[in-house]
Amino acid sequence: MSIDTVYLIYIILISGMEEEIMNGARIIVESLKKEGVDTVFCYTGGAVIKIFDELYKHGDGLKLIQPRHEQGGTHAADGYARSTGNPGVVIVTSGPGATNTITGIATAYMDSSPLVVLTGQVSSSLIGTDAFQESDVTGITMPITKANFLVKDVEDLAITIKKAFYIATTGRPGPVVIDIPGDIQKQEAEFNYPETISLQSYKPKDSGHPKQINSTVTLLEESKKPLVLSGGGVNLGNAMAEMNEFLDKTGIPVVHTLMGKGVNPSNDDQFFGFIGMHGTLYGNYAIRNSDLIIAVGVRFSDRIIGDAKTYGKNAKIIHIDIDPAEVGKNISVDLPIVGSAKSVLKELNSREIRLSISDWRSELVKYKEEYPLVYTPGKRIKPQNIIELARRYFPEDTIVATDVGQNQIWVAQHFRIRHPRSFLSSGGLGTMGYGLPAALGAAVGNPDKQILMFAGDGGFQMNMQELGIVRKYNLKVKMIILDNNYLGMVRQWQELLFDRRYSGTDMEFNPDFVKLAEVFNIRAVFLEDPEKVEAVIRDLAESEDSMLVHAAVDPEENVLPMVPAGKSLSEVITKL
Amino acid sequence: MNSDNGYTDHIVAVLVHNNPGVLSKVTSLVTRRGFNIDSISAGPTRQNDMFRLTIVVKGDDRSIEQIQKQLYKIIDVVKVVPINKNRMAGREICLIKVKASGKERHEMLQIISVFKANVVDVGTNGFIVEITGDSDKIDSFLALLEPHQIIDVARTGIVAMNRWDNPYN
Repeated sequence: MSIDTVYLIYIILISGMEEEIMNGARIIVESLKKEGVDTVFCYTGGAVIKIFDELYKHGDGLKLIQPRHEQGGTHAADGYARSTGNPGVVIVTSGPGATNTITGIATAYMDSSPLVVLTGQVSSSLIGTDAFQESDVTGITMPITKANFLVKDVEDLAITIKKAFYIATTGRPGPVVIDIPGDIQKQEAEFNYPETISLQSYKPKDSGHPKQINSTVTLLEESKKPLVLSGGGVNLGNAMAEMNEFLDKTGIPVVHTLMGKGVNPSNDDQFFGFIGMHGTLYGNYAIRNSDLIIAVGVRFSDRIIGDAKTYGKNAKIIHIDIDPAEVGKNISVDLPIVGSAKSVLKELNSREIRLSISDWRSELVKYKEEYPLVYTPGKRIKPQNIIELARRYFPEDTIVATDVGQNQIWVAQHFRIRHPRSFLSSGGLGTMGYGLPAALGAAVGNPDKQILMFAGDGGFQMNMQELGIVRKYNLKVKMIILDNNYLGMVRQWQELLFDRRYSGTDMEFNPDFVKLAEVFNIRAVFLEDPEKVEAVIRDLAESEDSMLVHAAVDPEENVLPMVPAGKSLSEVITKL
Repeated sequence: MNSDNGYTDHIVAVLVHNNPGVLSKVTSLVTRRGFNIDSISAGPTRQNDMFRLTIVVKGDDRSIEQIQKQLYKIIDVVKVVPINKNRMAGREICLIKVKASGKERHEMLQIISVFKANVVDVGTNGFIVEITGDSDKIDSFLALLEPHQIIDVARTGIVAMNRWDNPYN
């Protein structure tokens, strides 16, 4: 090899190592690639046109999903994030593009779903002048994001994106917004993406304090009636395997919150389902009679505890959570452990724990047999029946997305989920219109799994425009609309508390959902006859293509049992 | 400093990175969680990009603990220190523009000297007086000036530190 050749190779190596100069928009695209992003939910507009141009030129490897409305896009990114565990990435324009994402961001914030939302902003010189499509995005999103940034210098752009992904995905996950003015997208800087990042003021804690873990073992061994309450943190923290191992090893009975669906001990006799306002009688019985509640990754929301004064009053409470602010917020805790569910459960699994709880377990099993979850069949289709049959015919690892209201709670009660990250529902914010776009986002991220959506006739119409992307991206989703011609959950409250004055809950003049699906070229079936439910649901499960079932169900069917808001779990209503 | 509703004043010192919007992030969080801010003062620290805020809020003990935890969730917040009101050094500055003419001037200068306050501006019709001290001292001083015509009052809000021999340290 001649000296010249060696020199040439040297030059090539050096130039390869040198940081490339590029514009801000390109920096965004390259940063996303460095983060391993493969899917971006994006809707263009004046303030992000430059980013879209760079996506066009250099976006190889990035799948762009364009929703029909930015709210739908944000929910889709959320559904993608919850079902895959990867952060959901959203790019939208300034002003209305950004404000349309607000409900989606707030939904993700309440349920701790990791999103990175990039919003275009008017050029720096125009900020504060009420320019066309200007809105104060960092101001508006302040209370609904884990962090937000306004990038004022192109040199800060890459590091800000790194920070955003780091903050969104670590500790208690959550949405992060980056607002990027148009001029910053055009200015040039060296692209230098940091490999790692450390923030002085943000150091999430992973492992629980050893002393607290020792005390947990002691409390467990003293307890005669321990109960595990498994929450959303177990899904978000990828700790389901550790949770199931803990349950299998100790034999402790388990109940779960709405976000905690997926917990699956080997022995079904240990499983007591969903608790809280619409929890099973046996689940809430277990909470009321337990002497030690081990709560993992829960935030004790009002829908779970009812009346804070009487909640678990016979029990000591151990609260394991990664967010110290959740410990002691809604309920006094006897033993707090701040750490990730995965790490703390792993530690507990390594300990020898001797329990004698067979009496407690048989007490709960007996109660469960005595007071099962029931509904009464009738001349009209019962929504619970559809859900049970769907459970039977859909594969076990189906990802289920719900909307909000009665449909959501019936699914929570009757559709057992046995895998982590397989139940997508707006728990904290209770966002109607979440179900369809979340299901579509899950379909984008899980092309090999069945995706099943349940929605009511009300919520479905809040984002039904997203049917438009089923064909565009060849997504496979199975949809069931439980149509009772009412905003059913509120109607149920009106029946119970307002003497049946059905004000504002009537959904007369609903569209023909079958025709609606057909204009988007999606097969649809109308279902009214209780005799035909099984055949239709089977068809839905076996269909190779997307399909929608419009089921006209009993209009005044209620979600029971029900503990009225703020009441003690013992004040349960089982009949209206 | 107990008020009628059983809530007490609490003082917290908050060390923050001086990034854009950090002050509004802190105040909006405190307000959003149901507290009223009595006073807030902010100023630079010895470290380049850090600011120290001293915030006086009303709340019960349990919720004040919650506020501290919530403040830590703001990424720019580095440290939150609760200030023990019984074991602290706390100071406030107050400027008072007050009318004083003729005989009044002499009488007022006496009060000013008793309180170790300073006259920072003299006009034909009155003074601007500066007084430094804890909030009680400033309250009493203002009460004494009340019979004269006070034109304007500017208070900084308290800045405070825990004393050396304080269990919080």
